[in-house]
Amino acid sequence: MAGGDDLKLLGMWASPFVLRVKLALSLKGLSYEYVEEDLRDKSELLVKSNPVHKKVPVLIHNGKPVSESLIILQCIDEAFAGTGPSLLPADPYERAIARFWAAYIDDKMLPALNQSAMGKTEEERAEGKQQSLVTVETLEGALRDCGKGKPFFGGDSAGYVDVVLGGLLGWVRASDELHGVKPFDPERTPLLAAWSERFGALEAVEPVMPDVSRLVEFGKMLKARLAAPPAAGASN
Amino acid sequence: MAGKEDLKLLGLPLSPFVVSVRMALNMKGVSYEYVDEDLNNKSELLLKSNPVHKKVPVLIHNGKPICESLVILQYVDELFAGRSILPTDPYERATARFWAAFAGDKLFPAWYGVVTAQAEEERAEKVKETLAAIEHMEVAFAKCSGGNAFFGGDSIGYVDVVLGSFLFWFEAVRRVDGLEIINASKTPLLAAWAERFGGSVEAKEAVPVTKADLAVQYISKFRAPAAAAAKLASSE
Repeated sequence: MAGGDDLKLLGMWASPFVLRVKLALSLKGLSYEYVEEDLRDKSELLVKSNPVHKKVPVLIHNGKPVSESLIILQCIDEAFAGTGPSLLPADPYERAIARFWAAYIDDKMLPALNQSAMGKTEEERAEGKQQSLVTVETLEGALRDCGKGKPFFGGDSAGYVDVVLGGLLGWVRASDELHGVKPFDPERTPLLAAWSERFGALEAVEPVMPDVSRLVEFGKMLKARLAAPPAAGASN
Repeated sequence: MAGKEDLKLLGLPLSPFVVSVRMALNMKGVSYEYVDEDLNNKSELLLKSNPVHKKVPVLIHNGKPICESLVILQYVDELFAGRSILPTDPYERATARFWAAFAGDKLFPAWYGVVTAQAEEERAEKVKETLAAIEHMEVAFAKCSGGNAFFGGDSIGYVDVVLGSFLFWFEAVRRVDGLEIINASKTPLLAAWAERFGGSVEAKEAVPVTKADLAVQYISKFRAPAAAAAKLASSE
């Protein structure tokens, strides 16, 4: 544990992006203060630390705030290079591949998964489901081709892409009960299904994962809110 | 530089993302073969090198493809010796990555939306978004430059390259729409930066003067069908 380093994480328990940061900190064995934000009543600290997006996660390191989960992960990896395992590979080409797939997960896979669950119309949700299948299968291919039979995207141990994808695991697990969909279907995407089990069981991961039943309840509430007409004066 | 590297860049004349990669390669003093793609007839090499997105830029280094401009920029920075494109301090790197991501995720879709908007209402909305985004970048400049000439300090860095690659398009929009995305009174720091950047060796090498003309032609051609339809509708 790096002494003298003051780490504070502003987060929200259900956020997959916050979970990524918790996973990274846990994997590297770093201790930090966690602050749960009420996103409907954001703290002054959050607004001051992330004035552009006003979102979580924000990691404040010795008073200096870093925003955006992928950027935070890389910052942790670089600032604490000597502590715990490295998240990103050492080889520049492999690093580029890892960054490519992290971007793919956020730019293509996540929006599709979101749309399949939260799309405003039946049509939108169906389109989201279709896109989700395509993107998840592409990711399965990445694990097959880049992983080369190793247990994780990062090789023998969990790395950057594992953490980026791992942040979604809570919602992936909740998805079956919430939407009747298994995003990492063992039949269609056996490698990802096996990866989920393996990653979820890691000593550094298991204690950090959000409670799935709590996510399901939260998901149901979000869905209900989506279906109901907006109440007068309701804020986002 | 260890021997001659086999570098090939697949690109498009008007892509700012391609321009940013060319700028970076030039900054490193690395020579490469450049290939213009035809979007309506993508080469075998492009489809094979970027099967996931089928987009440019793609940098092929010793036969291995790297995709996504920000991934390529970081790869080039990490692999090749010479001047640093990203800062060395982890927190400053995080800040640079944040603004590069902002430029790509928020600013680009907004100004490109101004170019491609089909209806006046849509264009007005995109103009609003663009101006809001550029205001954030004005604040970013103050923060990142620390009173120096560029986002990167006293020399051109990561954010300079990313934002600087948009400038020929901003010039084209100014000529066609009379819209000053970077306005000397609203965003004085950026206006001064844009002049300095435009006059730099790095910019002149990667962005010939003719690019703005080509962009103007593109905009006119893109809007021609809608303009013709509107004319037809109004003459009925």
